[in-house]
Amino acid sequence: MSETLALEVRNITKRFPGVLANDRVNFALKKGEIHALLGENGAGKSTLMNVIYGLYSPDEGEFFVDGQPAEIHNPHDAISAGIGMVHQHFMLVPVFSVAENIILGSEVTRATKLDLRTARREIRELSQQYGLDVDPRAIVEELPVGIQQRVEIVKALYRKAKILVLDEPTAVLTPQEVEGLFRVMRQLTERGVSIIFITHKLKEVLAVSDSITVMRRGQVVGTTTPAETDENGLAEMMVGREVLLEVEKGPAQPKEIVLEVKDLSVYDERQVEVVRQVSFDVRAGEILGIAGVQGNGQTELAEALTGLRAVLSGTIHLNGVVVPFENPRALTEAGVSHIPEDRQKHGLVLPYSIADNLVLSSYYKKPYAQNGRRNFQAVLGNSVELVEQFDVRTPGPQVPAGNLSGGNQQKVIVARELSRPVKLLIANQPTRGLDVGSIEYIHKQIIKERDAGAAVLLISAELDEIKSLADRIAVMFHGEIVAVVPVDAVSKSDLGLLMAGSELKKEPESVG
Amino acid sequence: MSTGSVDPAVSKRSKGFLIKIWHAINIPLAAVVLALLIGAIILLVSGANPIQAYVALFRGAFGSMTALGRTLEKATPLVFSGLAVAFAFKAGLFNIGAQGQLLFGAMIAAAIGFGIDGLPSIIHVPLALLGGALAGALYGAIPGALKVYTGAHEVITTIMLNYIAINITDYLASGPLKDTSSGNVLARTPEIMASAKIPSIANIPLGFVLAILMSILIWWILSRTTLGFDIRTVGLNPNAARYAGIKVAFTIILTMVLSGALAGMGGAVETQGVVGRFQPGFNIGLGFDGITIALLGKTSPLGVIPAAILIGAMKAGASQMQFDAGVAKEIVDVIQALMLFFVAADVIVRKVFRIRAAGEEEKITLSTGWGQQ
Repeated sequence: MSETLALEVRNITKRFPGVLANDRVNFALKKGEIHALLGENGAGKSTLMNVIYGLYSPDEGEFFVDGQPAEIHNPHDAISAGIGMVHQHFMLVPVFSVAENIILGSEVTRATKLDLRTARREIRELSQQYGLDVDPRAIVEELPVGIQQRVEIVKALYRKAKILVLDEPTAVLTPQEVEGLFRVMRQLTERGVSIIFITHKLKEVLAVSDSITVMRRGQVVGTTTPAETDENGLAEMMVGREVLLEVEKGPAQPKEIVLEVKDLSVYDERQVEVVRQVSFDVRAGEILGIAGVQGNGQTELAEALTGLRAVLSGTIHLNGVVVPFENPRALTEAGVSHIPEDRQKHGLVLPYSIADNLVLSSYYKKPYAQNGRRNFQAVLGNSVELVEQFDVRTPGPQVPAGNLSGGNQQKVIVARELSRPVKLLIANQPTRGLDVGSIEYIHKQIIKERDAGAAVLLISAELDEIKSLADRIAVMFHGEIVAVVPVDAVSKSDLGLLMAGSELKKEPESVG
Repeated sequence: MSTGSVDPAVSKRSKGFLIKIWHAINIPLAAVVLALLIGAIILLVSGANPIQAYVALFRGAFGSMTALGRTLEKATPLVFSGLAVAFAFKAGLFNIGAQGQLLFGAMIAAAIGFGIDGLPSIIHVPLALLGGALAGALYGAIPGALKVYTGAHEVITTIMLNYIAINITDYLASGPLKDTSSGNVLARTPEIMASAKIPSIANIPLGFVLAILMSILIWWILSRTTLGFDIRTVGLNPNAARYAGIKVAFTIILTMVLSGALAGMGGAVETQGVVGRFQPGFNIGLGFDGITIALLGKTSPLGVIPAAILIGAMKAGASQMQFDAGVAKEIVDVIQALMLFFVAADVIVRKVFRIRAAGEEEKITLSTGWGQQ
């Protein structure tokens, strides 16, 4: 026991009604290491971190900080013990400056007046000390996502954090930004900060961490190092069985054009043209992948194509027929299936049962309704069949969709959208936030639709997903399609550069 | 892949029928008990005997057939206004405007009631009722349309529309439609024809029977029809509703129209069954009570019936309480306000009685963001 541990938890048990979220979990973080916490959704990673950060109190278990027993009952205790957390969704006030955001909650005051000047000086010193470049005067909403994340890190350091918990930090970043983050993480550890890195992306874990702890069903499966294992080994630890990381698919057999988009322009809520003069087509039997960093118009493009958003100009043809704008029901009836970007916002009514969610876009038709009266027998029969066929893990079809895990919620949507004849499938971030097992399943379903002759438009921020599923790739940047290339003709790093466009120069690599 | 295994995130909670009922009524029941307890303390402090007062209140409400009839009579418009508020809630709309819609319903029913002579009851009664419902429906359509087309929040617009309704009906009753019979100085319309009046049979007002039938009809629409599915989907997740091809704007306006029609019918029943004419002061408060009743009834169309009977009983028994125990009638209003308070701030009730939180669909969101659709 020569090495000192920055943080150790022993025998953490946390129960929720009906679920054992953490089952006698042991976790040890060495000083100055990057320790990845890996696991599927619902494996108990978030619960463990919320316990460590004092958001949940465990039913059993002990904490040790720097080898000393510690009591952590709330985030305040955690902060004073030197634990800082960077959440997946940033906790920043968009209209405030960087400095204002950082001191929020621990303001330096002189008498009654806010002393921003001192705060700014301290922040500048701090960011220099740790090699994090942030301008305290910048307004947060004007900063790129990668820099906003840096602000969150500085915020934690400002509160004297020696242990940083990063919750899925790479989910919102471009490949280049991910590299930048990894550099920052290494610099932090050189300066004595210890990092817990939560993720479900295997490649990243192997690239950056010193040790890896894998969780499954509330228990720690094991702790290993990148030298001792590889992607397949980790995936097997996570899921508990062998997993196919790459989908197997034959070459595409493109046929007639199904979706033809010409000079399409779309506004967002602020009346800003976020899709600009976009043209492309998708053929039956092929998958067109749209790659791009989030926020480059993909969301609005998908919404326009599915009737959820008004079109400013341009035309959309489906099988040669002009598509009626802003009429999702007509599109559904014309054979368009849509796996929406945000499953909880658009895809599901969480308080409704699985059965009702499975007929969300067909509840008004026979056999589910007649003369305006719903036929619950038919709705239930349909759900029993689909739950079985699409392997939705639930005690029964009457369970509210909100009670399901993310992967099973997504399966409900996939089941609904693929259980009717599909001419065009628009899948927007179909596997975001899902575990390896569910991703494998959903990828297989998408390939199956393609092989059955559907045209598939796949929108994803995950380059790996685009690379492994798509037959052709269109890269979107600042609302425009900057390139359309066959998947074999382009490398991942080139795609990353295309995705970052000229904006790459705006964000200098001033780290280090 | 073991297909039989169960998602660990699902907590198994097989609910029996009785348990379901208990989950539906535990909070309102606890709120009523808490409100009565605090009411008792207020009575004690003011020097009265709370037990004597509550016994008198109960006797005044249920002690005889006449008392029971009076309770049901008081409860009748409350079922309608509570139903109006609860129905709008299902589409995520907070209709504060039941009062205004009810006033116009009461007014128009009176106008049809005294304005047309020589019709048989079988035509005159429903004609006036439908006239009242239509007036309420049109007045309810305004905030619905304003929300859809301008984004104006219905809470604000319905509050303002209430003032407009109060003053317009006031003006009509003291001006163009005033009762000009000799000796009348009050702001009121002439008495309606006998053929437009809704009678009571064996102390049971027929208006109350109509209210029950409407509750059942609304329950059926919400739970059994595609229209009800549209409305509930819009209320629970308007984004998913749009995704599913439901016309959200249309559904919001339609819901407000139907909600207004229910309130307007409540006003008509009050005019035709109780007051016999339109007289402004008699209707004030009935629509506002609808909010209390909808919340006490957990925004369920069937739940508003017991809630309305409870509030109706308190109104009916108040005089008896004043007579027997010598307490001011207004204590009833205080208790009623406390009930609303505890239902709305159910966290307090849960703390006191250690009741676990309800599922999503049973939750009542009292306000969403301003200007959202």
